[in-house]
Amino acid sequence: MNRANATLLNLAAVGCLAVFLWAAGRHLDGYKVQIINLIAVNIILALSLNLIYGFTGLFSLGHAGFMAIGAYVCAMLVLSPAQKEMLFILEPPIWPFSVVQAPFFVAVLLGGLGAAAFGVLIGFPVLRLGGDYLGIATLGFAEIIRVLANNLPRVTNGALGLKGIPAYANLWWNYAWCLLTLYCIVKLVRSNFGNALMAIRDDEVAAKSMGINVFKYKMISFTLGAFFAGVGGALLGNLLTTIDPKMFLFVLTFNVLMIVVTGGLGSLTGTVLAGIVITVLLEWLRFVENPISFGGYEIPGIPGMRMVVFSLVLLMIILFRREGIMGMREFSWKGFLRFFGRGGGAR
Amino acid sequence: MKNEAILQTRDLTMRFGGLTAVKDFNIAVPRGGMVGLIGPNGAGKTTCFNMITGFYSPTGGQVVFEGRDITGAAPHEVCKAGIARTFQNIRLFANETALQNVMIGAHLRQQTTWWHALLSLPGCLREEKALRAKALHLLEIVGLADHGHEKATSLPYGAQRRLEIARALATEPAFLLLDEPAAGMNPQETEHLMAFIRSIREQFKLSILLIEHDMKVVMGICEQIWVLDYGETIAVGSPEEIRSDAGVIEAYLGKESAANA
Ligand SMILES: Nc1ncnc2c1ncn2[C@@H]1O[C@H](COP(=O)(O)OP(=O)(O)OP(=O)(O)O)[C@@H](O)[C@H]1O
Ligand SMILES: [Mg+2]
Repeated sequence: MNRANATLLNLAAVGCLAVFLWAAGRHLDGYKVQIINLIAVNIILALSLNLIYGFTGLFSLGHAGFMAIGAYVCAMLVLSPAQKEMLFILEPPIWPFSVVQAPFFVAVLLGGLGAAAFGVLIGFPVLRLGGDYLGIATLGFAEIIRVLANNLPRVTNGALGLKGIPAYANLWWNYAWCLLTLYCIVKLVRSNFGNALMAIRDDEVAAKSMGINVFKYKMISFTLGAFFAGVGGALLGNLLTTIDPKMFLFVLTFNVLMIVVTGGLGSLTGTVLAGIVITVLLEWLRFVENPISFGGYEIPGIPGMRMVVFSLVLLMIILFRREGIMGMREFSWKGFLRFFGRGGGAR
Repeated sequence: MKNEAILQTRDLTMRFGGLTAVKDFNIAVPRGGMVGLIGPNGAGKTTCFNMITGFYSPTGGQVVFEGRDITGAAPHEVCKAGIARTFQNIRLFANETALQNVMIGAHLRQQTTWWHALLSLPGCLREEKALRAKALHLLEIVGLADHGHEKATSLPYGAQRRLEIARALATEPAFLLLDEPAAGMNPQETEHLMAFIRSIREQFKLSILLIEHDMKVVMGICEQIWVLDYGETIAVGSPEEIRSDAGVIEAYLGKESAANA
């Protein structure tokens, strides 16, 4: 399999995806299209967490915080000054948000950059911490962001949140960002820089002895992860057209973490597969929260039940298949063709 | 300058709370020299390595490398200055292949970085191709050319030791620290290892400091030997001098022969 052939196959795959999206947009109902949109966003979020946790070994639980920053920055930029004036009934929005409006692409980009800036800011103190401490510190960061969102009415409109965000995030935008994220992260982890990140994950002491500036590399990985988490948050806010501080609870981070762990820490293929499966399941499992009538009996719905189911599934994965769906393996066209060649070949 | 030392320590001391692991350690490794550091278990040998390579900040004294004071420098800076090491208990990157392990070593001298890779700049692709070739060449030198795509930890023990050396060589060091390279090897493997260390020293113009328990290795390849016991330097000299030193025999060889008897 030479590079030119692989590139052709990649382009063909992107073409197939485009046809699928076009058909989906035309023939599927709004609810199904929404799920397909959510898949793209969840894949972006999970890829970014996999870069941080799966490839660099940084146990970060701050994703909801980065997503909130991305979502608020993006929403405040795509809303027109007039709309913002209408929304902010208690206090007027702060400058420059009170006067600017940006195109969607720029707003998402700035959402990501905003999250990345916070990544640098908190990375400096917390990336010197190891393991569990890092988890706790980043979790605290996400909570602080949420509390700030509640208490900075001139930036976020406080607990009221932002409503009526113009819904630009259609299938095309979401999947374009999803492919861009995938492309960037594949390029990174396949390069020798990616090898250095994995070296830090596997043995920090040995990585230092190889001349790797461990702190700097952790910062880069964490900041890039924060950037894509911000992008994901921006798209999500736009997709839902409403954001408020309650949306960015820990459960959001938990969902992303679940995708990463299910797919396999350190496998991008696994993340993509798990992103699809878990997003669909999360929606499908809503039925367990609704009342079900079964042979004349009425079983009342239990709110939060699907999270119980998912937590149990996650527990099972951690207990019985810790490497997730893919382990650290990745998809390659060579392996793909070999697999089907063997399956279909007459031998 | 003739006989100039590439590495020198001055009264290097390391205390852990009440325990003085190393006291007033003075060593001078001549450029191109092969020097041994021996001593009974817990004598403080690995601690010396950790102080030289920046993993411990010495509580006293100085480390001078190529005339530059590197005391207290971070491990990655020490490596960049040209000092590479191996570990007593092998520390390979477990989830990576043998080739990736060596490429990680070569990363230190790489010019292009993450955003070059992100943009697929031709210069970056070219450099990574060259690094891969360099890593393959190093694998060939340590006799692992056919195992490049195997997971590092799936290799046999002796091969893992050699892979660790290849990885250290990839950082292009001038000075190599080997912590018990022959540990766990059978006599035949040890024999090969000695020849191998000699050959890389010639080929890469290295100065080498090695810790070793196997007396045959130390006496066989080192030109000068430092002996530690309870953190104190009890003898310095040529293999012949060390062999006949009464203090050393008592502290180290004596114990060993007593144990063997
Ligand atoms: N980080 C540390 N904290 C506390 N004590 C330490 C530390 N590192 C080493 N020591 C102590 O310093 C002493 C010397 O240890 P060191 O590992 O240098 O010995 P060594 O000569 O390498 O022994 P061996 O032949 O067993 O490898 C030991 O008593 C050890 O317990
Ligand atoms: Mg030791």
